[in-house]
Amino acid sequence: MFSIPVFLQAFEPLIWAARYTLLISGLGIALGLVIGTLICAARLSPYAALRGFAAVWVSFLRGVPLLVQLLVFYYTLPVIGIDVPAIVAAVVTVGICASAYISEIWRGAIAALPKGQAEAAAAIGMAPHHIWGRVILPQAVTMSLPALINELILLVKASSLVSVVGILEITRASQAQAATTFRPLEVYIAAACIYLAINLCLSALGRYLEHRTAI
Amino acid sequence: MQASQVEIRKVNKFYGPFQALKNVDLTIPPGKVTCLIGPSGSGKSTLLRCINFLEEYDAGEVRIDGQLIGYDAPGRKMSGRKLREMRRSIGMVFQQFNLWPHMTALENVAEGLIRVRGLSKRDAQARAEDALRKVGLGDKMANHPSRLSGGQQQRVAIARAIAMEPRLMLFDEPTSALDPELVGEVLTVMKTLAAEGMTMVVVTHEMGFAAHVADQVAFMDAGELIAAGDPASILHQPQDARIQSFLRTYHERNSF
Repeated sequence: MFSIPVFLQAFEPLIWAARYTLLISGLGIALGLVIGTLICAARLSPYAALRGFAAVWVSFLRGVPLLVQLLVFYYTLPVIGIDVPAIVAAVVTVGICASAYISEIWRGAIAALPKGQAEAAAAIGMAPHHIWGRVILPQAVTMSLPALINELILLVKASSLVSVVGILEITRASQAQAATTFRPLEVYIAAACIYLAINLCLSALGRYLEHRTAI
Repeated sequence: MQASQVEIRKVNKFYGPFQALKNVDLTIPPGKVTCLIGPSGSGKSTLLRCINFLEEYDAGEVRIDGQLIGYDAPGRKMSGRKLREMRRSIGMVFQQFNLWPHMTALENVAEGLIRVRGLSKRDAQARAEDALRKVGLGDKMANHPSRLSGGQQQRVAIARAIAMEPRLMLFDEPTSALDPELVGEVLTVMKTLAAEGMTMVVVTHEMGFAAHVADQVAFMDAGELIAAGDPASILHQPQDARIQSFLRTYHERNSF
C-alpha cells in the first residue's frame, strides 16, 4: 500500500539533493549560454575555418547522447592527467552539450529577423557593434526566450544523468533512499513531484519574462 | 540646408549571371526631386540602393558631391568607417518601414543621433521630438511601432532619417506597403521635404506624385535607364515604346 508518511519523509533528503540538480542545470545553462554565444558568432563569422569548427561542434554534441558524453568526459580526464571533482566534470559536460543547442537557438532567432532591421541601422551609419548590440541581439533574445526556457527545463531533467558519475542529485538520492527504505514507489513519486515543482517554477518564470519583454 | 548632387556613371550590377543594372548613367541635381519609375524588376530599387551602397555595384561609379561611394578606387573597397561617414548624410526610407519594434517612436528616431552623431540622450531626444512633430506625430512619440498605423510608421521612419540632417534622401517605394487611404499623409510629408530643397530620389509607383512633385523622372526597364527628363516629357509625351506601354498599363489599371 502507498504510505503517506513514507512519501512525506522522502522529501527532506531529496530536497537537500535538489541543490545539486539546480547547481548543475543553473551553471550548465550559464556556461552553455557563454559557449553557445561564441559558437553562434563563429557560425556567422566571415571566416570559413571558424564556421567549419562551429558546424562540427554543433553536429558532434547534438549527435552523441549526453549520457555518453558524460562518461567519455569523466573517464578521459584522468587519462590525460586532469583531476577534477565529479561535479566540475558534470557542469562542464552539461554546459558544453547545452552550448550546441543554444547556439542553434540564437542562430535561428537571428536568421528570423528581417534583413531590413540591420539595413535601416546601416543606412544611417551605425557601426556593426551598435547594429548587433542595439538592434539585432535585443530582438533575438526576446524571440529566443521560450526556446531558452525550454532548454533550461530539458537541462533540469537531463541533470539526472549525472547520477552515473556519482553525484547525489535528486535521482541518485532517490535511488539510495529507495534501496534503504524498500519503498521505491513513495520515494520515486516524491522525486517526480520535486522535478515537476522546479519545472513549473521555470515555466512561470518564462511566461513572466516573455510578458515583460513582449514587443 | 545643404543639398547633395549624385552622379551615376556606367553603373553595372550582377547577381550571378543575371545583370540587374546595365551601364546606368544618371545625374541627380541638388535640391531637386528625382523619381525612378518602371515595371517591377526593372532595377530601380537596386539602383537606389547603390547610391548608399546597401547594394554593392560591380562596375562604374556613384559619386556623391564628387566623392566616390563604396570604393577608394575602382575595385578597391572603401573601409567600413569611411562608408559609415558617407552614409551619415544620406537618409533612407524603406518600403517596409524597418522601424525597430523594441523601441518607441522617439527611441527609433533618437537612436542614430546617440550612436552615430554622439549626441547626449537629452539633446537627442529634443531633436527627435522636433523631427516627430515635423511629420505630425507629436502625440505618438511614446508608442511602439506595433501601436501605429502603416502611415504613421512610415512617417516615423522619415523622421528617423531627417533627424540625422541628411543632404540627400532616398525613398524605396515608400507608399507601396500602405493601405490606399494612408498614402496621402506620407506623400504630404515628402512634399514638405521637397519644398524645403532636399535632394530626393524616390522609387515610386505613384505617377501622380511623379507628375506633380518630381523635377526629373527617370524610366527604367530590364536594368537599363531608358529615358530621363522633366515629368511632362516622360509622362505626357513619351517617345519610347516601352514607356508608352508601361503608362498604358498603368492608366488601364487605375481607371474605372
